[in-house]
Amino acid sequence: MLSGILVFNQKGENLIFRAFRSDCRPRLADIFRIQVIANPQVRSPILTLGSTTFSHVKHENIYLVAVTKSNANAALVFEFLYRLIVLGRSYFGKFDEEAVKNNFVLIYELLDEILDFGYPQNTETDTLKMYITTEGVKSAIANSPTDSSRITQQATGALSWRRSDIKYRKNEAFVDVIEDVNLLMSATGTVLRADVNGQIVMRAYLTGTPECKFGLNDRLLLDSGASSGANGGRGGGISGNNKATRAAAGSVTLEDCQFHQCVKLGRFDADRIISFVPPDGEFELMRYRATENVNLPFKVHPIVREIGTTKVEYSVAIKANYSSKLFATNVVVRIPTPLNTAKTTERTSQGRAKYEPEQNNIVWKIARFSGQSEFVLNAEATLTSMTHQKAWSRPPLSLSFSILMFTSSGLLVRYLKVFEKSNYSSVKWVRYMTRAGSYEIRYV
Amino acid sequence: MAMNKIRGAFAVPRKGETFELRAGLVSQYAYERKESIQKTIMAMTLGKDVSALFPDVLKNIATSDLEQKKLVYLYLMNYAKSHPDLCILAVNTFVQDSEDPNPLIRALAIRTMGCIRVDKMVDYMEEPLRKTLHDESPYVRKTAAICVAKLFDLNPAMCLENGFLEMLQEMIGDPNPMVVANSVTALSEIHHTAPETQALQVTANTLRKMLMALNECTEWGRVTILSTLAEYRAVDVKESEHICERVAPQFQHVNAGVVLAAVKVVFLHMKYVGPELAKNYLKKMAPPLVTLVSSAPEVQYVALRNIDLLLQKQPDILNKELRVFFCKYNDPPYVKFQKLEIMVRIANDRNVDQLLAELKEYALEVDMDFVRRAVKAIGQVAIKIETASEKCVNTLLDLINTKVNYVVQEAIVVIKDIFRKYPGYEGIIPTLCQCIDELDEPNARAALIWIVGEYAEKISNAGDILGSFVDGFNEEFSQTQLQILTAVVKLFLKRPDKAQGLVQRVLQAATAENDNPDVRDRAYIYWRLLSNTSDQNATKNIVLSEKPPIVTTISSLPPALLEQLLQELSTLSSVYHKPPEQFVGQGRFGADAVQRAAIEEQLQNARENPLAAAAAVSGTASAQAQSNVENLLDIDFDGGAPASAHTEPSGEMSGLEGLAGTPVRVQSPAAGAPAPQASNNLDDLLGVFGDSGPSQPSSSGANGGGAADLMNGFSGLDLSGNAAHSQPQKSSQDIMDLL
Repeated sequence: MLSGILVFNQKGENLIFRAFRSDCRPRLADIFRIQVIANPQVRSPILTLGSTTFSHVKHENIYLVAVTKSNANAALVFEFLYRLIVLGRSYFGKFDEEAVKNNFVLIYELLDEILDFGYPQNTETDTLKMYITTEGVKSAIANSPTDSSRITQQATGALSWRRSDIKYRKNEAFVDVIEDVNLLMSATGTVLRADVNGQIVMRAYLTGTPECKFGLNDRLLLDSGASSGANGGRGGGISGNNKATRAAAGSVTLEDCQFHQCVKLGRFDADRIISFVPPDGEFELMRYRATENVNLPFKVHPIVREIGTTKVEYSVAIKANYSSKLFATNVVVRIPTPLNTAKTTERTSQGRAKYEPEQNNIVWKIARFSGQSEFVLNAEATLTSMTHQKAWSRPPLSLSFSILMFTSSGLLVRYLKVFEKSNYSSVKWVRYMTRAGSYEIRYV
Repeated sequence: MAMNKIRGAFAVPRKGETFELRAGLVSQYAYERKESIQKTIMAMTLGKDVSALFPDVLKNIATSDLEQKKLVYLYLMNYAKSHPDLCILAVNTFVQDSEDPNPLIRALAIRTMGCIRVDKMVDYMEEPLRKTLHDESPYVRKTAAICVAKLFDLNPAMCLENGFLEMLQEMIGDPNPMVVANSVTALSEIHHTAPETQALQVTANTLRKMLMALNECTEWGRVTILSTLAEYRAVDVKESEHICERVAPQFQHVNAGVVLAAVKVVFLHMKYVGPELAKNYLKKMAPPLVTLVSSAPEVQYVALRNIDLLLQKQPDILNKELRVFFCKYNDPPYVKFQKLEIMVRIANDRNVDQLLAELKEYALEVDMDFVRRAVKAIGQVAIKIETASEKCVNTLLDLINTKVNYVVQEAIVVIKDIFRKYPGYEGIIPTLCQCIDELDEPNARAALIWIVGEYAEKISNAGDILGSFVDGFNEEFSQTQLQILTAVVKLFLKRPDKAQGLVQRVLQAATAENDNPDVRDRAYIYWRLLSNTSDQNATKNIVLSEKPPIVTTISSLPPALLEQLLQELSTLSSVYHKPPEQFVGQGRFGADAVQRAAIEEQLQNARENPLAAAAAVSGTASAQAQSNVENLLDIDFDGGAPASAHTEPSGEMSGLEGLAGTPVRVQSPAAGAPAPQASNNLDDLLGVFGDSGPSQPSSSGANGGGAADLMNGFSGLDLSGNAAHSQPQKSSQDIMDLL
């Protein structure tokens, strides 16, 4: 498996070098620097030289590199590198060059713990934080045998994500449903692709070892009596008409879901019940994908006209498509301009627009966008003449926003039940939010 | 005391960083010592050689501070090889630590011991390892399990003699899922490095244990168990069904590694279950695969390469999911290229309109490489789906009208392929001929000339067009020259009156004034054919023979390789679409063997010719090293090598290249340069005719094969009609390639 983990900054300085096998030699650091960092031609995240494979990801201003010498599991390698980033962020807030330089001892310690002989071990943040800590204070706990045997028990147990002795005076659980809606709209206004990537994040402050059951308005679950059954209905096969009525009746079709490792996958597979013992504190319970009946919160009508070679005229209209009781915040529209734009003028019916030359964008910000309203931007970009006329790639116009209490997929949490042997009552809170994923609109 | 003597031998410098670090390491204050250890580790990371501090760091090993202990251990692992004798001083601490009441320390000790690759340490490992394997804490047991693999790597004999393998095998039945996972990991590693040990034998019992642990262990453990299950061949249908049933829920895991590993297991075991059930699993597999496409770009890339493989085996699984593979503006190029290939693979007559609109959009972007691939994809779709061919041709014509140079060139190459399948589109030829002056790439020129030659009887000014090419014959690239030659001969055969002079000129130019043997050879073949008066129709039969239509231009892997790669799902080999042997050093030629051979050669050289060896070492070492960087990856002279071999072998490298096993540079397929132009002259055969076979052209195969076919064709012809008659089947096939 992994022969070593290396971390570089953008200049190619080796910040971390941890070999797990004898075949990971120090010289490999130089080779990666020369072949990848110093070589702008490299377009692939995987590079094999001789029998050595470098798999790298870039995060902030550092390169994280895994060295392998065998026919390693590539998906696992990248997943591991991304897990390392998650760990780094939860330990240092931001996982960049500075964090690595300031905490290199801790990073070595972490690497020692999460990889053994190149095989990933327990990488759960919460568990690791119990015995590998930024401040030296808590490591005193790890020094006492009784505590540490408890820790190790947890680090390897079947419930490796939860301590057994958690106590809260007030038992609460917060559920956040966060959806990223992706849209790709063609120049003629047809939706090429619209889907929702959702995640359900839970913050559980519950005493003991609670067993939770979680219910959504998932169509398959609501329909479990119907003839389609657990497998048949998934791929579709039900007419579009039927789908629409289902949606109106308040159920959604989830194309696919993925769960935190605490969820009993077997039970979900058999009868689509989401049942789990949650980790303490915040965690991502599930991710899902929906592609049917996606409610697009914004309709955008861009008109872009190139007038000769010296001017581009824009007229962009945005209409909010959700209930007038709701409002979106931080709506940002990015309108691409040609590379040789000299100056721009903008007029808006709401919010502010500004030209950002470094991004080649006109950025139109609307702090609060209430439902059903419609705003317009008119802009004009004056171009300088260039000796070498290179075609403008006309990147799509893009949007970012967030809307509370709205889900594009129509997903709702129907219930969250908590069972614990002491039978306490608990308070649950649910919040919904929809954000823009990649919300792109092409124009002619 | 002994320490002092040794230190004296090193002649310590009195100033500098090392001196300061040393002073800190032996300080009387604990915090200063700890700080110095941290600084030492920092220096080690930066690549400075701090091995001289070994004895002083070692003094700090006996500490109750866990963090400090970890640092000292880290240092030990790195430099143990340079001070094998001193390591013995650490043994005692390790053995003590492995009996510490604190399980974290016990685990740490056994984990580190396995990483200190010094013979003396190995001798002391047996007892602690045996104890920790039976430790009460699962955390220690799971660490010890991995340690067995480490020991096997160091000293297989000792590992076998002490029965550690049997202990590991027993541990698959451990109540703790993580211990099970690590035991399986260790056993599978041992099994793969030394298959004769039969370390990992899956029985009904172990299978049950593994399936049980599967739902409880960490995600990484699941990957290990799933990989083992994938390699396991079930005894009967029932067992296969059972495995599929238990593994399928893992499709819902967050970790892409687990999902792909589960897909692999189900995909491989599916073969043995009933068709109805198998279909069901295929259906179930699709949504998770699609979900992988929205993960991080690198993971996405791996997933896409694997999806490509799965689609080659089961073309229908993602039929309805075309839109998911639409490229986003910000996708990295390697992802975009792969998405294009997959979109073409899942194209069918229902989604083709959507796909074409999208491909056209891509063809208008500015990234040249991407645009070319998009245009090529349009051609592939045209050939794949007959009903869509007209739309594709119209789209291509639209693109040609944009007059963007590289779009036009690529479109012409693509249209040539379309003519090979659908000869009926000759109406567009005038439009193509208008672009003639804009084509500057040999491929595009060759394609257009081929079209002109093929439809010579329908193009009134074919003679003029070809005439202008013949005028500049010797300035063309040789692949274009070959095409000009063929096209002129075709024109002559179809309309002898118009091309009499032309054919003379071109044959003259190709035989007398050309240096390229391929061009000359082909010209001679034609000359000979044309001067054959005995059978007037022979030449026509050969040059103007009916060509078999192309079936597809989508490249696919040969079935045997595909089967092999499906066994390797989610590994590097599935990303490269190459069998692992091609890029992983084989055992005998592995790093250690090469290193030994290199040292041997150095010594030999030094004995025979000390002067030359010295010169070679001091001389152009750096320049040589640069060019041989790939070989040096496998050869590294560190601690273990004798001093005389410490510098890079320079002049000797030439002898070593063969030894280095696989010093081939393998780049990810999508990352390669635009392939067609880059390769040699023979590409002409590939580019224009390589597609002729009824099966798909695999670019590398056809490349090499092209030359052979040409030679065969030649010899067949040289024996005049005789040979051609005796083996009509074969030689006509060869000639086909020639034309």
